Amino acid sequence: MTKDEFKKVALGGLTNNPVFVLVLGMCPTIAKSDNIMNALSLGLCTAFVLIFSNLIISLLRKIIPDKVHLPAYIIIIASLVTLVQMVVSSFLPSLNDSIGAFISLITVNCIILGRAEAFAGKNKVLPSIIDGISMGLGFVVSITLLGAVRQGLTLLFGKGFFDATAGGFVILGLMMAAFNAVYSLVKAKTEKRKLLNGRA
Amino acid sequence: MEYFIGIVSILISGILTNNIVLNQSLGMCPFLGVSKKMQSAVGMGLAVTFVIAVASCVCWLLYTFVLEPLSIAYLSTIVFILVIASLVQLLDIVLKKLSPMLYSSLGVYLALITTNCAVLGTANSVVSQGLDFFQTLVTGIAIGLGFTVALILMAGIREKQSLYEIPKPFRGFPIALVTAGIMAMAFYGFNGLSFT
Repeated sequence: MTKDEFKKVALGGLTNNPVFVLVLGMCPTIAKSDNIMNALSLGLCTAFVLIFSNLIISLLRKIIPDKVHLPAYIIIIASLVTLVQMVVSSFLPSLNDSIGAFISLITVNCIILGRAEAFAGKNKVLPSIIDGISMGLGFVVSITLLGAVRQGLTLLFGKGFFDATAGGFVILGLMMAAFNAVYSLVKAKTEKRKLLNGRA
Repeated sequence: MEYFIGIVSILISGILTNNIVLNQSLGMCPFLGVSKKMQSAVGMGLAVTFVIAVASCVCWLLYTFVLEPLSIAYLSTIVFILVIASLVQLLDIVLKKLSPMLYSSLGVYLALITTNCAVLGTANSVVSQGLDFFQTLVTGIAIGLGFTVALILMAGIREKQSLYEIPKPFRGFPIALVTAGIMAMAFYGFNGLSFT
């Protein structure tokens, strides 16, 4: 693995941010970003499943027959989620009350199946783990950021809108628009610099 | 009589007051992905309704008569996702034969019904609420219809929206999310509705 490849994979969580760029895994992002704690803990659970599913799937990529690779991936992911469910329900009962229903739904989070299909099923173990960590962190950071913004706004303006689903939609939409605006600004600037450098 | 009122309130809550997309924010992927054209929105909504209704019934049967008696309820996530995946595969085969037009317009989103959290979420919630079989069936249908209603409304708005000049950073998903937020606010108006 060369340095450039490493850089590309490791920065995947930012340049291909699962929430803001790929727009995957929207359901838990909106439903459980009503405060920082929920957002962070659900993000960490998802990242854990993502890293380990990437690891296992890339280890087994030559063994799993191509025709049944999707069911096989889903079973691997579902088993990991069951593991997380058991650990959380026995050691962290209060967390289980607040995000329990959504831990089971990590199974159907498109980020995890998407990374398995697009990356882990085709790449070696080490890059897959790095991809898992990078994408997982990208998800944790985005959902926590959203949670922080929503909790802050709820504190400022009171309950009822920003901690409800409608507020989640609107805030995520506005943040995504801001992300797009910044991204296109940065892109235009680097292209301009490239053009100037090329001329000189 | 009380049972009947319970059924009606399940219907109302699934479609209006507790809409799966707009109140619980489940099933967002197809809601944002397939809501650009009215025709595919209707097809997708009905396909998802079918899968939700059948999947929650099958999952309920498996949970009540297999998983719980054998006390392996912790396997429910794995079993449920297998049931859902096979149902979607079945739907894939049937639609390909019966309606190739709809099949091609749904595209990749048909296979993605498997990873639609509305389906697994409903299966989980009917099991944890301890409903009986008929209530499970009605809940599945009501939630599917609620999804369809939200999807059709959204498709109607987005078809109009595509005619207007939207600021560049908002194009695509951001404007769709803000629209969904405003729709969700409108749906909060139904919250006062109650039969019990």
